[in-house]
Formats: sequence, structure tokens, C-alpha cells
Amino acid sequence: MSYQKSQFKQFQVLHLTGEVDLSNSAKMRGCLLELLDTGKNVLIDFTNLIYLDSSGIATLIEALSLAKEKQLELAIVGANGAPLQVLELTRLNQVFTLYDNFDEVDSE
Amino acid sequence: MANANTNHKIASPAVIQVNNLNAHYGKVQILKNINLCLEQGNILVIMGGSGSGKSTLMKHLLALKKPSSGQVLIEGSDINKINAKALAKQRMRMGVAFQGGALLSSLTVGENIKLPLHHHHKLDAKTIDIMTRLKLDLMNLGGAEHLMPSQLSGGMLKRAGLARAVIQDPKLLFFDEPSAGLDPVTSVELDQLILKLRSAMSMSIVVVTHDLDSAFTIADKITILNEGEIIITGTVDEIKQCADERVQNLIHRKARNNQVDGDKFLKHLTTGMQ
Repeated sequence: MSYQKSQFKQFQVLHLTGEVDLSNSAKMRGCLLELLDTGKNVLIDFTNLIYLDSSGIATLIEALSLAKEKQLELAIVGANGAPLQVLELTRLNQVFTLYDNFDEVDSE
Repeated sequence: MANANTNHKIASPAVIQVNNLNAHYGKVQILKNINLCLEQGNILVIMGGSGSGKSTLMKHLLALKKPSSGQVLIEGSDINKINAKALAKQRMRMGVAFQGGALLSSLTVGENIKLPLHHHHKLDAKTIDIMTRLKLDLMNLGGAEHLMPSQLSGGMLKRAGLARAVIQDPKLLFFDEPSAGLDPVTSVELDQLILKLRSAMSMSIVVVTHDLDSAFTIADKITILNEGEIIITGTVDEIKQCADERVQNLIHRKARNNQVDGDKFLKHLTTGMQ
């Protein structure tokens, strides 16, 4: 997995590329917690994410819980393929705000 | 019963490839020239009567036994030729759900399930807790985290064992006798769970079972063993249409033919006597 950060409207964006699994989910966790520490809303860009295992899912849940505590928004954009299936299987598609793409975020 | 997997894709690289496998216990040959293949994302069910070699075959697929001859390739690597480190790495990608659940009785269900994560990975405790709850929830065991194994029913024990087997998101899952000792409704629920794991987590799965209904529900391919030999490997339809008497006996639950060849039987009873 590799990642990049950027800014989009009121969001700090974390762009994920590749596979999130047991070997690197801690890195994603550190990055998400750091972003939430800035006190800004966070968008996680899944457009180029091809695999998300349960350690990645657990990290997202922890980050969402923290965001809610801080009254911040944490949403996912561009989920597709296997990561989207995993979100659906775990019913987290009903817990997270999911945007199909950045245009949809823009129109909110 | 209809096969639920008719639309499932099959053509993908082999996760398991067994070539000309022979195995002995002492001088007794247990497995004879076994050849089989499990493709990515498929479910292979191994069936056969007691003593047919199912468990021995599974032990060979897990590299718990060395064959007398032949190869077991997991994702292209011969698991009997790779070094211990590579084998350990390969095993990290495998999950095994044992017949009785094999939970440690002194730990809670949650502690049992977390065990492989604490042992093999450096994850934050919160991440591990959430992963455990996700897997328990997937197995319809939400709320059982703090129970002791002795407080679970047979079906719950199986599902807890399965939760532990999949806690590391293995690419390859082995499930030994999922329906043994379970009532029919719980068995059906477990079948649905196996199918769910395959589709959602892209797992390739090997199931050893006696249960025909279960095999016909979940299998992409079924291998039937008899006295250490494969009689047939085929789809559910191919198995149902197989003319071999031993396969038909297994499908229709007929007792083995008790007829003997008189001379051979007499020789068997008297050979080696003083």
C-alpha cells in the first residue's frame, strides 16, 4: 500500500493505492489518526485501492469512532471492487458515508 | 439439492495442485497416486467413508505429513521442499477450522480468536478488538466474545473455531467436518457461511465432510476417496451421474457390498497362520 495526502474543499484527503493488509494497516492507522488530530474532516479515497482486509476495516472503524467523538466527518470516496464488497459484507456501507466520486462530494 | 455455485467463475490459477501423491503408515499404503487441483476462489469438497484417507490427505495438504512420493504444491511451491521459514509464511496464509473447534478451554471465545493476531502481528489492541468483533459478527456470534468455550453449543463452537481460522483473512481455508454433530438447520447455516466467506473474502476452501447435502450445496468440485484412491473428482452433476457403484452407494447411503470372493477370503483369514 502507498498513500498520498491532499486537500479537497473542507476535507483532508488520504488517497490509498494498492492493498491494505496485516502488514501495513498500522501505517494507515497512524496516518488516519494524524489527520484526525488536525481537527479537519477526512475523506479516504479508495479509487485505487484493490484490497482491504479486516485489519484495514478495523482501522477504519476506529477512525470513524474517533471522528464522531471529535464531531468531525470521515467519509469514503470511490470504493469499488473487493474493498466495496467487504464493506457491504460487514454492513459498514450502512455505517460510513460513501461517495461514488469527488464530483458527488463536490455537489453535497 | 441445487448447486448454489453454478454461476461462479472457475478458470483461475491453481491454489493447490497435488501430483501423484502416495502416503504410507509403516508398510500400509494410505494414499495411492492422488492427483487433484483447487482453483482460486473455488470450494473443493473431499468425501469418502471412514478410513478412506480423507484426514490423511488433509494432513498432507497442510504439510503435517510428508508423502512417500509425489508433490503438494500450494500456490506453485512444493510445501515439502521449501524451508521452514517459507513454510511458516505459507501457513500464515492458511486457516484451519478443526472438527471440534479446538478452542483453548481456559480462554474466552474472544481471547481464542485473537490468539493468532497477538502471536504473529504487531497490531494495536483496538484494531485487534474490532477485528475480533467483526469476525464474531460475521459468524453470528455477536455477544459471545466473553463466554468460555464450555458455555457454547456445538454449532457455536464450530463457528467460533471458524472465526479463529479466518481472523488473519487467509487465502486458503481448510474445514474439517463442518457439519459433524450438528443439527440440520445449523449445518445449513454453516454451509451458507462457507459460501459467504468464499465470495466476500475471495477464499479458496477445502472442506472434508461426510455430509452429502452440504457437499452438494457448497462444492465447485467434489473428490471422492475410497481406500486411499480417488474414485472421481467432478462437479456436483458429474458426481450424481457417475456410474461407479461405490459413488452411487455413497450418494444413496447404501451399505458396502458384503459379498466376498470365497477363495480370496479364506486365504485372507488363514495366510500366515502357524
